[in-house]
Amino acid sequence: MNIFERMMSVDRRWVFLFLALVCVLTYKVDFEVEVRVTDEVRKIYNFIDTLKPGDYIFVAIDYDPNSLAELHPMTYAIVEQAWRKNMKIVFTALSQNGPGMADQAIRDISDSLKLVKTYNGITYPTRDIVNGIDYIFLGYKPYPALVIAGMGQNFRLPFPTDYYGTPLDSLPMMRGIQNYNQMKCVIDISGTSGIDMWIAYGQTRYGFPLALGLTGVMAADYYPYLNSGQVFGMMGGILGAAQYEKLADNAGSALDMMRIQLYAHMVIILFIIIGNIGFLVSRRAKNQ
Amino acid sequence: MKRQIPLALVFFFGVLMIIQYFVPHEASEWTFEFLMDWIYIIGIFALALGIWSLVKVSWDKIRLRRENWQYAIVTLLGLVAMICFGFDYFRNVFNAAGLQNFMFRHFFDYIMIPIQSTMFSLLAFFIASASYRAFRARSLLASLLLLAALIVMIRFNPYFGPLTAYLEQTASWLLNVPNLAAKRAIVIGVGLGMVATALKVILGIERAYLGKD
Amino acid sequence: MKEILMVFLALLLAGGISSAGAQESAPPPDTGTLVVTPAPAPPAPVTNLNAKDKPNDHGAGVVVTWPPSADDVVGSTKVFGYAILRAATPEGPFLERGRVPIGEGVFEDQGSLDEVSPDYMADHVDYYYKVRVISPDTTVYADSEIIGPVQSSGQWFNTNKVPVLIFVLCFTTLAIFFINHARRGANLFIRPLAGIEAVDEAIGRATEMGRPILYVLGLGTASEIATIASFTILGRVSKKVAEYQTGLIVPCYDPIVMTVAQETVKASYLDAGRPDAYNDDMVYFVTQSQFAYVAAVNGTMLRELPATNIYMGKFFAESLILAETGALAGSIQIAGTDEVAQIPFFVVACDYTLIGEELYAASAYLGREPVLLGSLKAQDYAKAAIMILAVVGFLAANFGWVDFVNLFNVPSN
Repeated sequence: MNIFERMMSVDRRWVFLFLALVCVLTYKVDFEVEVRVTDEVRKIYNFIDTLKPGDYIFVAIDYDPNSLAELHPMTYAIVEQAWRKNMKIVFTALSQNGPGMADQAIRDISDSLKLVKTYNGITYPTRDIVNGIDYIFLGYKPYPALVIAGMGQNFRLPFPTDYYGTPLDSLPMMRGIQNYNQMKCVIDISGTSGIDMWIAYGQTRYGFPLALGLTGVMAADYYPYLNSGQVFGMMGGILGAAQYEKLADNAGSALDMMRIQLYAHMVIILFIIIGNIGFLVSRRAKNQ
Repeated sequence: MKRQIPLALVFFFGVLMIIQYFVPHEASEWTFEFLMDWIYIIGIFALALGIWSLVKVSWDKIRLRRENWQYAIVTLLGLVAMICFGFDYFRNVFNAAGLQNFMFRHFFDYIMIPIQSTMFSLLAFFIASASYRAFRARSLLASLLLLAALIVMIRFNPYFGPLTAYLEQTASWLLNVPNLAAKRAIVIGVGLGMVATALKVILGIERAYLGKD
Repeated sequence: MKEILMVFLALLLAGGISSAGAQESAPPPDTGTLVVTPAPAPPAPVTNLNAKDKPNDHGAGVVVTWPPSADDVVGSTKVFGYAILRAATPEGPFLERGRVPIGEGVFEDQGSLDEVSPDYMADHVDYYYKVRVISPDTTVYADSEIIGPVQSSGQWFNTNKVPVLIFVLCFTTLAIFFINHARRGANLFIRPLAGIEAVDEAIGRATEMGRPILYVLGLGTASEIATIASFTILGRVSKKVAEYQTGLIVPCYDPIVMTVAQETVKASYLDAGRPDAYNDDMVYFVTQSQFAYVAAVNGTMLRELPATNIYMGKFFAESLILAETGALAGSIQIAGTDEVAQIPFFVVACDYTLIGEELYAASAYLGREPVLLGSLKAQDYAKAAIMILAVVGFLAANFGWVDFVNLFNVPSN
């Protein structure tokens, strides 16, 4: 087997090993990678930025631990921005392990808000995040299509109590809040096809502004909705999360992971090129 | 009768929900909400069936000492532990329930999250090996596919200097025009297929879900 | 000289007027005389107010429309907005239901049908409306005439959804026509599907190699269309497997899917005349956790080394993990899914892939039953109609045939 035939049939374990090495090295070596912001991410940031203190937004944390790496950074960036601006957030989690993700995010971001931070030149004082006043967490219910449609009538229909068992009517934040009409927007952060439910049963029926945060592989599927206006903004994968972190001036794990992703892509491209060189040269030799 | 009753129910409720979609009246909304409650009840039965199936399969494995029966013990212990720490009924016994319970939260944060993240991270390696195997310039179409894949992968790469803007525009065009056109075509086809299959199920033509005659 | 004098006098006069104006805002001279500041004039009221029941809703909704106030013009400072007021009788009391900014002439008064809600608005009850033109000074406004009575009510048909109804009726008619056509013995052509034609070959290969076939139904529930299509294919595959006496492994994600799959496989073995060869352990439940299921199936693939892997149904992120592991195990792989995002992964990693609706067509293709072929033909004709409409729509959008484009517009509620 000559070198070109070897190039064409590299054992996949070498590919795995090389990729793993590159990922570990780029994780250890700290350097910045330039991130350019796209319109679809900027629209979400600008929308949240123009809202006023006391405005309500709805954040659906519909992902499981497997999508944590891509979607947690988006959640952290958006929720921290909203809470720094004293907005109120209604959380729900329509995937089975979503409550755990939501709980973790709420705890971590609440801790982060106990520190004075400066973002985009504005210094934000510390504040305590209180359940029932700054946020409520509705929890999880199966059959997302029905839950989404039900919440359009009244949040109390599928969720008479919050995740912790407190009746919604007894929570100060929920006085006068019935359904999506009182929400400035809905942001669905999901790694599953639950997004289709939000579009079909939520946005199409009730007409609220909807933004999406989704995994990189799903992003290409939802450009039609962006183009038709059913969705006003979209963050795709780590790149989308990194763009949002850059806009919010809140560097987090997404901006860190960008350099790993960049070099991982370069490794994949390198192997593709090696494979093609081997293939083309071998084919030419065979034809001759 | 064993097949007639389910078929009749499927027909009745299928037609009812079609009509419900077109009727905005309050009565129609009430019907929708009523049926939504019933779907939750049926879902709970499915959940019970899932737990029963898991317990039965694991218990049989342990009892008959089948291959890797030890893992079935771990499965059952995990099931019991999460029910005990997570179930609201045991709130007073274990001091809290669900995510407010220390053990439940630790199981979730330090076992569930790493395991699921690890499985998902396999995708990164498999994508690399699948790309290496699949993206070969065997023909004109395959070469176009290869070129498109390379452009989309390197579009946000800052190391290409002045080329980056053109790569980004090209990638954006590729994603928003040919990619979208193909996806829309597939989605339209899938939509029609779904309507046809749903129609067949409602009319009783498609009966695979009932088992064989 | 005369002109200069005229200009000087004009300037003097203008200065006098402006100083008189300034004197108006200055405190009044303490002469003991009461000076009354005239109130600003109210804006012009709205006329030709119209209120009617909101169409295509469940009730508790009235739409109020009006032409703009005569003072609602660009640059005007007299109009700040409009307030819409409602009462149960013409005498009042009128309560504000909402406000809209200048330039707008429509308001949807949407209440609730829930009697305990503070926003309760009963149907079939008289309501009276008036529109108040508000000026920047909140004490200065102008009310329109009172209009009414108007009653809200729920509609029994949403006219916005007529295009959808027409499509459903046309498609149903087409499907019934072609099903009857096929039942009468017509030979309906279906183009060959490489993936389905390969199933027989793959089963034969497995028999020769003495290795089993792995059939994965996907992660959908029994009510998903893709899973229903997969049951039909499983029935055909298991019948062939029973005839060839090959092994079959069917790990299931959902317990209800497992129950149906067991029935399907058992019946297929019975049809093939080999009921004794069926074993309940062939079709088993694994877990309802996505990646735990994938880990279990991957383990099965690497231990049992099936000759053929068939993936038919709903798949998500685990599709590439399954397919790559199958490739690692050296199996022939045939996949079919309607999840658009996963199709590229199957195309790359599997030998044959059924894309989108080909999965639904596969059951018709395998069995050649008239009813299934008929509905497939109906789909084909519906697709042809959509293609024609897409081309016409493209032309309409470019040539400004707005009426045609609006025919297909189904607004949200």
